[in-house]
Amino acid sequence: MSSPAHAAHHAPQSFVRKYLFSLDHKVIGIQYYLLGLFSVLIGVSLSLLMRFHMVNPNVSVAWLGKLWPTAAAGGVMTPELYLSLMTMHGTIMVFFVLTTVPQSGFGNYILPIQIGAEDMAFPVLNMMSFWTTFLALVVMVAAFFVQGGAPLSGWTAYPPLSGAGPLTGPGEGLGQTLWIVSIAIFCGASLMGAINFIATIVDLRCKGMSLMRMPLTCWTWLVTAILGLLGFAVLLAAGVLLILDRLAGTSFFLPGGMMINDHIIANHKGGSPLLWQHLFWFFGHPEVYIAILPGMGVASQLLSTFSRKPIFGYKAMVYAILSIGFLGFLVWGHHMFMSGMNPYSAMAFATLTMCIGVPSAIKTFNWIGTLWGGKIHFTTAMLFALGFVSLFVTGGVSGIFLGQPALDLYFHDTYFVVGHFHMIMGVAAIFGMFAGTFYWFPKMFGRMMNETLGKIHFYLTFIGVYCIFTPMHMVGIAGNPRRYADFTNVEYLAKLIPVHQFMTYAAYFTAAAQLIFLFNLVWSWTKGPKASANPWNCTTLEWTVPSPPPHDNFGGVHPVVYRGAYEYSVPGAPRDFIMQTEPLPVPSGD
Amino acid sequence: MPASLTHDILHGPPPPIDTGWGGGDDGGGAGRGASRAASFTGLFVLLAASTMAFAALTSAFVVRRGLSDMDDWVAVHYPPILFLNTAILLGSSFVLDLSRRALKAGDRSKFNSYWSAATALGVLFLVGQAAAWYQLKQAGVFISTNPASSFFYVLTAAHAFHLIGGVAALVYVDVQALRLRLGPAKRTAIDVTAIFWHFLDGLWLYLMVLFYVWG
Repeated sequence: MSSPAHAAHHAPQSFVRKYLFSLDHKVIGIQYYLLGLFSVLIGVSLSLLMRFHMVNPNVSVAWLGKLWPTAAAGGVMTPELYLSLMTMHGTIMVFFVLTTVPQSGFGNYILPIQIGAEDMAFPVLNMMSFWTTFLALVVMVAAFFVQGGAPLSGWTAYPPLSGAGPLTGPGEGLGQTLWIVSIAIFCGASLMGAINFIATIVDLRCKGMSLMRMPLTCWTWLVTAILGLLGFAVLLAAGVLLILDRLAGTSFFLPGGMMINDHIIANHKGGSPLLWQHLFWFFGHPEVYIAILPGMGVASQLLSTFSRKPIFGYKAMVYAILSIGFLGFLVWGHHMFMSGMNPYSAMAFATLTMCIGVPSAIKTFNWIGTLWGGKIHFTTAMLFALGFVSLFVTGGVSGIFLGQPALDLYFHDTYFVVGHFHMIMGVAAIFGMFAGTFYWFPKMFGRMMNETLGKIHFYLTFIGVYCIFTPMHMVGIAGNPRRYADFTNVEYLAKLIPVHQFMTYAAYFTAAAQLIFLFNLVWSWTKGPKASANPWNCTTLEWTVPSPPPHDNFGGVHPVVYRGAYEYSVPGAPRDFIMQTEPLPVPSGD
Repeated sequence: MPASLTHDILHGPPPPIDTGWGGGDDGGGAGRGASRAASFTGLFVLLAASTMAFAALTSAFVVRRGLSDMDDWVAVHYPPILFLNTAILLGSSFVLDLSRRALKAGDRSKFNSYWSAATALGVLFLVGQAAAWYQLKQAGVFISTNPASSFFYVLTAAHAFHLIGGVAALVYVDVQALRLRLGPAKRTAIDVTAIFWHFLDGLWLYLMVLFYVWG
């Protein structure tokens, strides 16, 4: 076990110790952020290729042929290549963007400061966690470059496809093996991170920072860490079994009597593909909350700050976060209604799934309650927080349909599901990241981002994502199957092709709009106006220190907290916000 | 620590104290004991993760066992050396605690010899596990032979993987002790290592029950 922060480490001098193998949670947070940024560029590029192929399945593109001489011979993508792009898009987005940036990126940077700690509990473990994640990304991306290319089995890697080896398809040789190895490494990294987050929140809060005075962001990082801890441990175990099925000839998940591409598979028998699904989704559903919970925390923080009002129902929010975390472990079966499960089991999973609607609705109600009657400041960060709430509601409502076994049987393999999870897990979570970026950028880099560019970026993105993903629900209802590389020759889907063209153009448009964000990020990083310590007039501890904060966060001072995190517009107070560190004169709202 | 967790929730925020660092543990005390407390929290969280991983493997074991017909799942004749290994592992835990008691009583040299003995027993356990694998291999039972053998190899390997980490921690403490570097800060390392080691005992006993009762 690495030594805790209190064996305080000094500010490093050399480049390598300062920026590469840094123990400073702030540097590590930025490293995670940049890793996520790199990953999202890959992920978005893959999705654009997919959208292109879907509406131009037979158009030859010369550079595609150069990139993939076999899989896109003559410049036309094979269905297998399409599936490998889909697999890698999903995997990279879910693991290296949605899991990494909100928790490990922002969480690492902001959490210790928000609770008044000098660093995370185990700085060395923290550094190892980042570099292990980096290694996992390298192994994952390497899958593109090996014989046969990237795997085809989707981010869920269902056996037998993912377990039976190269016979099942071009990417199912070394590519799939690298995929599983990368995921196993990623699990190890996430476990290290989760241990650090939990120990930090439990033990390193400063004087007066009781749990119920923590900003809601900290609560979401705590619960996300718990979900990661329990979920990734299970995925790691399942991944090991899958690797053994592939490499050691075991039959955990592979059944007997398989006939694959005219070959009889004789060396496996008795395994259960459903067993993988259970283990995978026991991780996979909490993973959805790992992606979205930190976004909820950011939205709560921002809605309160920019409405200049205390968060509506702080305690209810905390209990809602906790119950979402708890219920998240009981509903994995709703991803498997199609598996032929007992209808009574399906009923139980459906009922529990509906239960998650309750804390989710509490949160939404409280967000609206926070906005109600507030003096709303429409900063870019606030716009993205509002966008988060919008997308969360839209994506959540379609989840209620999918939670019904009878409806899911129809919807499950259609674009309805693609639209649903992109809305809630993809785009909503990414809006949380955008909100966090605009909100914390001044703290992290000491400069302000450009608000005009930010707002243009917000509106284009907000409109763009609705244009991409709303029609997906419609084509899904019309019966358009997902995961198909080409359906231009299917008669009953012919009428839907214009809708797909619209979605593809919307995807190009939205992706292009992200260039504004990238420009804003780079430009502001180098040339943005200097940020003060507290540019948004916030109450939480990270805004009591200079931007960016010194190496030990508080410059040798040990902060003491006297009040809750959201004391805005307190009657009788001289300003419309009271910092958590301000001692008494105004009666506290606790 | 968990005590302050519930304390916070039940008793609300603590009164403001302006002494800064340290002093009491009312609600969020990043005081002098914090690094020790964080080490214990980190340990227990790690144990929770390991428990989850073994729970996942157990559920896979139970499901796979339930799905199997008679000629698929063939019970493995576990090598009897496993019982000897069990005794060695339990013995190492026992000696480890003698060692901690010696330290409490202030007897450093006794601590050193007991701790070294416990470390040696830990290594011996690993050797014994390797011997068990070798015997199985000689009997023609490999990881891919049938699901019972697959699970035996997977579970024992996962346990051994944890144990290697435990032995590394034992060796670390031992080296520090023999080099007379066992200051008060290292007491945390001693306690954390010992708790982890006892956990591995419990885990092993659980696996033995799983093998012999359900396998």
